[in-house]
Amino acid sequence: MTALTKCRKLANMSVLVNKDSKVIVQGFTGSEGTFHAGQMIEFGTNVVGGVTPGKGGQTHLDKPVFNTVQEAVDKAAADVSIIFVPPAFAGDAIMEAANAGIKVIICITEGIPVNDMIKAKEYISAYECTLIGPNCPGVITAGEAKVGIMPGFVFEKGSIGIVSKSGTLTYEAADQVVKAGLGITTAIGIGGDPIIGTTTKEAVELLMNDPETKGIVMIGEIGGNLEANAAKWIKENGTKPVVGFIAGETAPAGRTMGHAGAIVGGADDTAQAKKAIMRDCGIHVVDSPAKIGEKMAELL
Amino acid sequence: MNLHEYQGKSILKTFGVAVQESVVIDDVANAVSKAKELTEKTGTEWYVVKAQIHAGGRGKGTIEETGSRGVVLAKGIDKVEEVVKGILGGHLETAQTNGVAKKVNKVMIAEDVYYPGDSEPSEIYMSVLMDRDKGRNVIIYSTEGGMDIETVAEETPELIFKEEVDPRVGLQGFQARKIAFNLGLNGKAFKEMTKFVTALYNSYIGSDASMFEINPVLKTSDDKVIAVDAKVTLDDTALFRHKDYAEMRDKTEEDPAEVEADEAGLNFVKLDGNVGCMVNGAGLAMATMDIIKQSGGNPANFLDVGGTADAARVEKAFDIILKDENVKAILINIFGGIVRCDRVAQGVVDAYKNMGGIPVPIIVRLQGTNAEEAKKLIDESGLDVHSAVLLQEASDLVKKILA
Repeated sequence: MTALTKCRKLANMSVLVNKDSKVIVQGFTGSEGTFHAGQMIEFGTNVVGGVTPGKGGQTHLDKPVFNTVQEAVDKAAADVSIIFVPPAFAGDAIMEAANAGIKVIICITEGIPVNDMIKAKEYISAYECTLIGPNCPGVITAGEAKVGIMPGFVFEKGSIGIVSKSGTLTYEAADQVVKAGLGITTAIGIGGDPIIGTTTKEAVELLMNDPETKGIVMIGEIGGNLEANAAKWIKENGTKPVVGFIAGETAPAGRTMGHAGAIVGGADDTAQAKKAIMRDCGIHVVDSPAKIGEKMAELL
Repeated sequence: MNLHEYQGKSILKTFGVAVQESVVIDDVANAVSKAKELTEKTGTEWYVVKAQIHAGGRGKGTIEETGSRGVVLAKGIDKVEEVVKGILGGHLETAQTNGVAKKVNKVMIAEDVYYPGDSEPSEIYMSVLMDRDKGRNVIIYSTEGGMDIETVAEETPELIFKEEVDPRVGLQGFQARKIAFNLGLNGKAFKEMTKFVTALYNSYIGSDASMFEINPVLKTSDDKVIAVDAKVTLDDTALFRHKDYAEMRDKTEEDPAEVEADEAGLNFVKLDGNVGCMVNGAGLAMATMDIIKQSGGNPANFLDVGGTADAARVEKAFDIILKDENVKAILINIFGGIVRCDRVAQGVVDAYKNMGGIPVPIIVRLQGTNAEEAKKLIDESGLDVHSAVLLQEASDLVKKILA
């Protein structure tokens, strides 16, 4: 059993988050934290409080503020955390969450120094937790919990899971899937940084094991080999149809395209190379991002 | 952020990495006096003059105006001025400058380190970078220094070694020794190498670099180990910790449109196609470029306008895209989530009016929050703007306009 599936069993979740998740917001009282915490509460996410060091004891958005994540775990039984703290302190925030016993850590922050992430990832590997992101839109389980910054209304409940490195491209895919009459189970934004907590393969594995998910949309982009690794895993273990898209076919080599991790480093991490491997592994790859929903509907 | 050789070496030196000593000039009038200073310090009688540009392959590259190479050895103080004249102020084209010659604003005058002695000098390759697969920093090294490492990797992969560093403890002594042994060094050179690689790794971490490539590292004829070249790339996201390094940015090495976009807070990459684009989100922006290609065009740029596509930002983005005369159409693709589409549409309409018209057709695709209101706003604005809601419709419109 991998750490991920173990973690899921312990927390008894749909995929990563559900209506019983007790969510805290790290960086709760900042402008980003405040805005998105409000949006999450409005969606129906069970936000049990937030953490802002030095503001413990106060109330914000009618929820308690804690000084430390440990305090939030002890007093509010928090098991999921979403992080909005600025890049300079985000690596520290991830480690604090793991150390306090948070099971699912979702880091939205973009622009965390690479060496901070190397350390944080190494540190949390000793804990039984799952890190999603950083530099990601978060996770949403349709009709249950939104722990992220995505527009909740796009993700109508249904049977398709989404794994994606990108934010708006995830919304685009979800919208198409919903318009094709299928709807969403859980969408996992894994993030566009070179070092992220949960890989494409691990996220796909979660959705493959989810009984409610009937098909999976896997969206990647240039750079690295997460999609290739996921494709090889799917070939061996896949039980559900997977529709794939890789953004950046027209991106020049050696240039960073917005996301820190979106850079072609060699012959293996171009969009073309990734799509070829994915096709070889039985994934239904679309060349146009406008065809994602249509393709999935055709397969089911 | 890429640095010049002289900047990279100055950082290495502050962390105790032995480097080839040098001076830097931007005026030929200072060439001889600076070279003399270098001789006083190092005793060197020959001088290596190196063009400072952000590209490799300088030694084999050519200065357009003079025919000089980008790296030239001046065998004596009386030759320095002539050699510098052949390089400084000229335009250097190398195998890595993508067909465009780069202006040489500065040259380095470095000590000669290939002097004869008790043993043969030998060139070593060494780089430090992050291995994405492992999520850790690695040191890559080879006895085949001074050559293109990609060629070595292809022809003699067994001569390339890799050492992974545990981030919790950093580079350990046994690892430094292993590296020195694998490089076939012994005696004084062995000790020098363990010191060198330890200092190099510490400087990589200390400067928050994302890549060091030292090619070559030289074992001199008297068994010293020094960095002769230095290609240094710093992690942009960590520059807030290094204000002094941030000032090293050389904007003349970057595309002027990209510099302008960066100053306006827009994430922009210049490309050479005929259809400009403006998108929110990096993934959707790349996907939009791909759509342009599939619709028969070629993307003229990558542009992520981010979450606040208001009139001022949209106007600035139009401005930057339209500076490129190859642009025949512009595709705006916004998926409104938290951002409301009607606000973006208003931004487009206002920007259009403020600019007194735009000379190329505009296709606006707005989807998500308030998409229908946005389409109505644009359709009723009386402007020559084509609107779409579905991505496929936008693609079809691009095709139609380019036809």
